[in-house]
Amino acid sequence: MNLVSTAARDLDDDPPLLSVRNLAKHYGNALGCRAVSFDLWPGEVLGIVGESGSGKTTLLNCLSGQIDADGGEILYRHRDGEVADFRTLPEPQRRALLRGEWGLVHQNPRDGLRLRVSAGANIGERLMAEGARHYGEIRGAAMNWLSRVEIATDRTDDLPIRFSGGMQQRLQIARTLVTGPRLVFMDEPTGGLDVSVQARLLDLIRGLVDELGAACVIVTHDLAVARLLAHRLMVMKGGEVVEAGLTDQVLDDPHHPYTQLLVSSVLQV
Amino acid sequence: MSVALEAEASGYNFAYLDEQTKRMIRRAILKAVAIPGYQVPFAGREMPLPYGWGTGGIQVTAAVIGADDTLKVIDQGADDTTNAVSIRRFFQRTAGVATTTATTDATVIQTRHRIPETPLTEDQILVYQVPIPEPLRWMEARESETRKMHALAEYGVMHVRLYEDIAHMGRIVKSYDYPVRVDGRYIMAPSPIPKFDNPKMDRMAALQLFGAGREKRIYAVPPYTRAESLDFEDHPFEIQSWDDGCALCGAIDSYLDEVVTDDKGGRMMVCSDTDHCDKRRAAGYSGPMAAPYAETPK
Ligand SMILES: Nc1ncnc2c1ncn2[C@@H]1O[C@H](COP(=O)(O)OP(=O)(O)O)[C@@H](O)[C@H]1O
Ligand SMILES: [Mg+2]
Ligand SMILES: [Zn+2]
Repeated sequence: MNLVSTAARDLDDDPPLLSVRNLAKHYGNALGCRAVSFDLWPGEVLGIVGESGSGKTTLLNCLSGQIDADGGEILYRHRDGEVADFRTLPEPQRRALLRGEWGLVHQNPRDGLRLRVSAGANIGERLMAEGARHYGEIRGAAMNWLSRVEIATDRTDDLPIRFSGGMQQRLQIARTLVTGPRLVFMDEPTGGLDVSVQARLLDLIRGLVDELGAACVIVTHDLAVARLLAHRLMVMKGGEVVEAGLTDQVLDDPHHPYTQLLVSSVLQV
Repeated sequence: MSVALEAEASGYNFAYLDEQTKRMIRRAILKAVAIPGYQVPFAGREMPLPYGWGTGGIQVTAAVIGADDTLKVIDQGADDTTNAVSIRRFFQRTAGVATTTATTDATVIQTRHRIPETPLTEDQILVYQVPIPEPLRWMEARESETRKMHALAEYGVMHVRLYEDIAHMGRIVKSYDYPVRVDGRYIMAPSPIPKFDNPKMDRMAALQLFGAGREKRIYAVPPYTRAESLDFEDHPFEIQSWDDGCALCGAIDSYLDEVVTDDKGGRMMVCSDTDHCDKRRAAGYSGPMAAPYAETPK
């Protein structure tokens, strides 16, 4: 037996961090998403692509507890190895996960920030919520994270309302990652930003996610973003997953006709 | 004629509220005592006084006061402000109870802005008038969300506020209505008392009841219950202090107010608790501005 196959088998033995089974969400009679199943391993970045209205945000919101799905399971493996369905966890435990082990980066940074308190407090809040009670340490961590997202530390005490859109997004990312989450959800993280700042932000996200070894689900309609960040892709159309696989495979050798259209940029905006 | 009958004869039920309303308020109080620091909603009644006058405290007092009680009412530490006088007169008229300005003689003390300097005892009840009962309100406007935050003890935002003080001012500047954690569980707004009084709430022998009229909430700190002021390890909670003592009684351990002494800008610092100051002066203590008749202690 050669080394490659041993390594591959080890990877198979490693249980997934998140196993989603048959997830569905309807808005009244309208379909949000349905029959979504996938596994996500620690440290892996999964991209969800598809045109507008294909159900990406619906899926991400179900996964991250922003809305409740109406069918299926979201099986999460806790640090202690215990696997539980996020959907049936009691609310205190769900909220505790969202405060620490999980992180959510909203498309609009204003939805994920407290605009009336300083940048430092925005980052420190998640630490304080987890029980940090040493001001000096909280502030140290906040400044450290500001540097990591390339915001000058002399802006620590400024209100995020004074920041540019790109800075706000970086601040939101710092605030989310400061607790060292094992699982991060991002919805179009570069969506509202100038093309000029998008590339740098993508590099930054890629570097940080890699450093932290966090598993990540990233929604984007931009295949260039997906190619840069994601190890694997799921392609959605009309609320369903039509194709899934390694990023390069899906983008370079698409099988589903819809993916082929998407890749040939006919559908790209 | 009994006091109660006298009150009835004057056209009111004893202590103004009807018995059914008082029972409802007492049930809310019992629940509040059973869950220290938890805000219990109650069906508050309209009172013949405006909200700013402490109708929440008045309803709580009306529900707990009996004919044998002796009532003291404090406003800004004084018994003689318009607000304190009106509330005292209200209960004299509607309940016929005895009133006093002496902290030690009172069995029920209704207060706004202060806790008496004289330590309270197991035989006393302290009733606070509360304008804003929700300590999370500054950060979260939605009632449904603040309830959830209390239920799940999600209190990170309370420290965000203290963090902001230190970041911008170098120290925690919040000086009144300073939040406390009651019995290690619920975070509570202690009403606009100075933080100087917070340590008195902690494990106080007397029952502490809080009534918010506009927001219709009652909460409580039962006797000998912990009430810890929030802080950071490296910025511990501190109370106000003054360089000099009370100008009238010389007290160095009481909360001082600045008062203007003449129209030429003269000022002095005196005890805000007027009963405490009077008692000390009567006992012979005096400060630098004491009137000539005051004796100095040996
Ligand atoms: N709050 C909502 N109420 C009703 N329909 C919705 C709602 N949100 C999304 N939808 C519908 O669900 C489908 C998927 O939308 P969405 O998840 O936002 O797609 P995407 O993020 O891929 O653009 C669309 O048909 C959309 O119109
Ligand atoms: Mg979307
Ligand atoms: Zn004095």
